[in-house]
Amino acid sequence: MYIGRVTGRLVATVRYEGLEGVKLQLLETLDEDGESTGEQLVAACALDVGPGDLVHFIDGREAALALPDETFVPVDVAITGFVEQVTSGGRELDLDPTPGGPA
Amino acid sequence: MILADVIGTVVAQAEVVPALRGRTLLLVRPVTPEGSAVQRKPRVAIDTIGAGVGDRVLVIDEGNSGRQILGARDAPVKTLIVGFVDEVEIGGRVVYDHRAQKEAETI
Amino acid sequence: MLIGEVVGSVVATQKDPQLESHKLLVVQVRSHENQPRDQYVIAVDSVGAGPGDLVLYATGSSARQTNITKDKPCDAVVMAIVDSWDVSGKNVYEKWSGA
Repeated sequence: MYIGRVTGRLVATVRYEGLEGVKLQLLETLDEDGESTGEQLVAACALDVGPGDLVHFIDGREAALALPDETFVPVDVAITGFVEQVTSGGRELDLDPTPGGPA
Repeated sequence: MILADVIGTVVAQAEVVPALRGRTLLLVRPVTPEGSAVQRKPRVAIDTIGAGVGDRVLVIDEGNSGRQILGARDAPVKTLIVGFVDEVEIGGRVVYDHRAQKEAETI
Repeated sequence: MLIGEVVGSVVATQKDPQLESHKLLVVQVRSHENQPRDQYVIAVDSVGAGPGDLVLYATGSSARQTNITKDKPCDAVVMAIVDSWDVSGKNVYEKWSGA
């Protein structure tokens, strides 16, 4: 799993069967200082999240298992929950949800 | 499995992943056998051994093994801390020694 | 998943028999600011995407989690056609605008 920040959302009407109703969110992965690594992903999500929210997410085949209904679906990134606090290198990261999108 | 240093802690909600409830999440930095950082993209790992910040650990990052250890079928989990690293040897040379490391820290 | 634009297709007469009758799309990756990246992937189509469509594709073993790619030598699959997306509440791409 990794930590990431939600930056936006994506709409797609035509989807592979079984993915109906799954929310798609844009996110960026964070480094050990809580800054964006520059990596941008689209994640499936079973939670209500919005821009600026800090989350943990999973990649690979296991991502589909984070969905509430159909889990035999082609999903390779999924949000697994909200992150409330991160300490790194002996200090608490300042992770105020400041929606700014990718810097 | 990969080698990693525990560099921090993560407090998170687990409503999507019941298997995470009551588990400690740690922030780990993947390292080379010699101990330099592999990438600036830390992972969030589920602790199964009581590891803490500063420990060098063995991390599994594959779902099937992870689910077996947690006994959680069909749970979206895959990154788990499964062991403490005492020593790493490459080509007959010890490149990491936990005890030497700790002694150096106390001096 | 990553966002990409379908920029073409691949025809391969000699290929693994399990891949026969599958459409292979050439997808060029787009950033979340909708800038093309110098990164391409060949993906099996599962949704009927065509040239010019912006799509989402999944890679790795996830790509085999469809009825048409299950147990087949496939490591990327187009699984959605993108209509629009927002970054920080601002619309970046809208399929039906200016058409």
